[in-house]
Amino acid sequence: MRRIGIGRTGAWVTWRRTALVGLAFGAGALHLAAVGVLLMLHQRWIVIDTLSLGQATVLLLAAGAGAMAARGDGSRWLQGALGGVCAVLPLALLSRAMDALTLQPIFIALSPDLQAMLTLGLPPAAATPALLALGAVAGLVGAGLRAAPRLSRALLPGAVAVLVAGVFQELIQLMLQQYEGPIGAVRDFVYTWEGLTQEGAITVFLVVTLLAQLFGRATQGRVAAMEPARRRQIWAGIALAVIVVLPAVAGSYIGQVLMLVGLYILMGIGLNLEVGLAGLLDLGFVAFFAVGAYTTALLTADAPNALMHLPYWAAMPVSVLLAVCVGVLFGLPVLGVRGDYLAVATMGLGEIVRVIVLSDFGAPLLGGAQGVLHIPKPQLGSYTLSSPVALFYLTLVAAAIAAFIAWRLENSRLGRAWMALRDDEDVAQALGINLVRSKLLAYGLGAAFAGLAGSIFATMLSSVYPSSFQLLISINVLALIIVGGMGSLPGVILGSVVLIGLPELLREFGEYRYLFYGAVLVVMMRLRPEGLWPSDVRQRELHAGDETAALDAGADLLPARE
Amino acid sequence: MRKTLLSVCNVGMRFGGLVALSDVSFDVQEGSIHSVIGPNGAGKTTVFNCITQNLRPTSGEVWFGDERIDGLKPDGVAARGISRTYQNIRLFRNITAIENLLVGMHLHLRSNWWGAVLNTPFTRADERAAHDEALELLQFVGLRGRGDVLARNLAYGEQRRLEIGRALATRPRLLLLDEPTAGMNPRETSEMMAFVERVRARYEITLLLIEHQMRVVMSMSDRVTVLDHGTKIAEGRPAEVQRDPAVIAAYLGTAAAAHAVPA
Ligand SMILES: Nc1ncnc2c1ncn2[C@@H]1O[C@H](COP(=O)(O)OP(=O)(O)O)[C@@H](O)[C@H]1O
Ligand SMILES: [Mg+2]
Repeated sequence: MRRIGIGRTGAWVTWRRTALVGLAFGAGALHLAAVGVLLMLHQRWIVIDTLSLGQATVLLLAAGAGAMAARGDGSRWLQGALGGVCAVLPLALLSRAMDALTLQPIFIALSPDLQAMLTLGLPPAAATPALLALGAVAGLVGAGLRAAPRLSRALLPGAVAVLVAGVFQELIQLMLQQYEGPIGAVRDFVYTWEGLTQEGAITVFLVVTLLAQLFGRATQGRVAAMEPARRRQIWAGIALAVIVVLPAVAGSYIGQVLMLVGLYILMGIGLNLEVGLAGLLDLGFVAFFAVGAYTTALLTADAPNALMHLPYWAAMPVSVLLAVCVGVLFGLPVLGVRGDYLAVATMGLGEIVRVIVLSDFGAPLLGGAQGVLHIPKPQLGSYTLSSPVALFYLTLVAAAIAAFIAWRLENSRLGRAWMALRDDEDVAQALGINLVRSKLLAYGLGAAFAGLAGSIFATMLSSVYPSSFQLLISINVLALIIVGGMGSLPGVILGSVVLIGLPELLREFGEYRYLFYGAVLVVMMRLRPEGLWPSDVRQRELHAGDETAALDAGADLLPARE
Repeated sequence: MRKTLLSVCNVGMRFGGLVALSDVSFDVQEGSIHSVIGPNGAGKTTVFNCITQNLRPTSGEVWFGDERIDGLKPDGVAARGISRTYQNIRLFRNITAIENLLVGMHLHLRSNWWGAVLNTPFTRADERAAHDEALELLQFVGLRGRGDVLARNLAYGEQRRLEIGRALATRPRLLLLDEPTAGMNPRETSEMMAFVERVRARYEITLLLIEHQMRVVMSMSDRVTVLDHGTKIAEGRPAEVQRDPAVIAAYLGTAAAAHAVPA
């Protein structure tokens, strides 16, 4: 290799890096265009006649590239601009290629509509420079925001608010729609049924920015002075308050989504006992959910194959009990199976339950593929819990009770035995822990929560079918535990909201949302493998408020002398 | 004449074609420190596993007091009063030090899961007593103030002592220590020896010890059993064993030979 001179080589390396960063973002944009996401996003306005979601995505990518590329060594602005240009370059080239060739037979998403988006409605000769210039500007903005972190922190809340208001506009409007008067007037001002109005977007941005400034000033010092644990408690409190109040004011769609989240929280708490605490990987968890649902169905339904017509409140405990029994039965054959093998074995058991439900053998009782219909709603006195919101509160109460029980268990003799089992089964046994008992209790108690979730699920849908109890449910529950943070109760809640709630809210994006879902999972596991809210280290020693011990602890914070 | 607490009778252990132990017998007297020594791979750890039933011996018998314990499950053996540590420390790494001790107390706690859910007075009393005992043990193993640290974040020596503490938490009559000074320098080794002496003095238990450092073995043991290639080649008081030609031969060429030959 020939050296041209250190200065020039160094500069070359920097510029090449800048271009590569930009092109990496550009590749992302190209991918979104080719699979059709970009066009779909383009068909949704954030701000009417001004900015579509698709455009915002491209601009955000370019700005991100600009920010990443502007490292501050040398000419930050040029780097930002170049990064931004490189991020839109693949799209510009794509647009040119679409002019020259017919690509749509190969990539169905490369349609004239997409071309219209990429050319910004300009003639081809002007379109490419315009697109590149936009990229450069976005890149400059990105670089500027990176160079001035205080400014970007000030602008961020407003920008996020506009984005959220735009992306979730349908939901928010549905929510606001129920109200007349001032709230209705605000809605009319901010929204049309297609997106934010221009005045609305500006107003939202200004108001939120202003509020953030005022509020931020007032609380900044206090928040910074708080311990992280305390800060998290406050956040959890706020989140809880929102969850409790939101459905009541937000209407039935949100209620429905939150109810689903609640059911997954219930199952997550149950599976967390098995996987998070006892370390028993279980992919057949949906079986207990199915048992709970079918038991409730058969005990209450107004259907020919129903066994009884009990009121819901009588059927629910029976469902839970039966789920526990099945959980214990389920645990028996896999007692000696460990680790990865356990995952496969339990998956098999879960499928067995589903196949039994589907089989001709079970059909006279369980209704085969038709399932069981006409399951009544729970009654409270003369009040019927029929609306999604009412059922959501039922789920919420159930989840709260489950969380309380799980919390007590975690800090008990049994919970410690489970954690010992998880860390080292042989050693746990050598210390006198009965493996059979502990494992069966984990399966049984975990199943209880899933059975409860199943029971509520049955009355929510008014009918149960075998197709509701797919392997995917077990996988979802496992995923939400992992994303939330293994063994952590708040993690279960957060994981359910992120993995179950968000995709539901993004339903209008159809199957594409699973693309984001997948991407989020990959990114999460790269950046935070321990989960969103990993479990706290339990403080037991200083529990009793022993002051001398506290002093000792302070003195001993350094790694102990050996 | 002291009573025999543990009796290993003609124990054999084979892994497929490999004979790890053949026909090993020895008795451990109540209240004594009994050591098992031998070159690497001699089968010392396997003897421990056969006593605690982590491995089921392929032949022979193990008696504890006047009860035959081979064939029991490991938790049954623990319940009868045998507890152990491991050559490579095997703490529960993802729970705290004090929780490790509390797991060790599992056998002596009487509360059950629904008592815990309802937080009954009985459960609370049970937990409080356990907590007090755990603090006492924590103090004894020199980890007071470190109880809320995850076990995996403790220093090496702390982990060794905590593992012994966890074994003591089961309130054993016989404690098996598998190379408690492994990986320690001379000073740490002396501290560990002093610590083991304190354990015996305070808890009045019988110790069965695997050691590779001759200095430790010779100064602490009441009786020594020597294994080589899975068979017992000598047994006796330290001074006797040290002079035994078979033992010297077994150790010749190994690093320990220098220590084994009387100075
Ligand atoms: N679980 C096992 N499976 C197969 N071979 C084993 C097992 N445990 C020990 N061995 C073998 O038995 C022999 C004795 O091992 P061990 O008792 O660990 O020796 P040491 O005296 O060094 O503690 C070694 O050859 C070892 O490889
Ligand atoms: Mg060994």
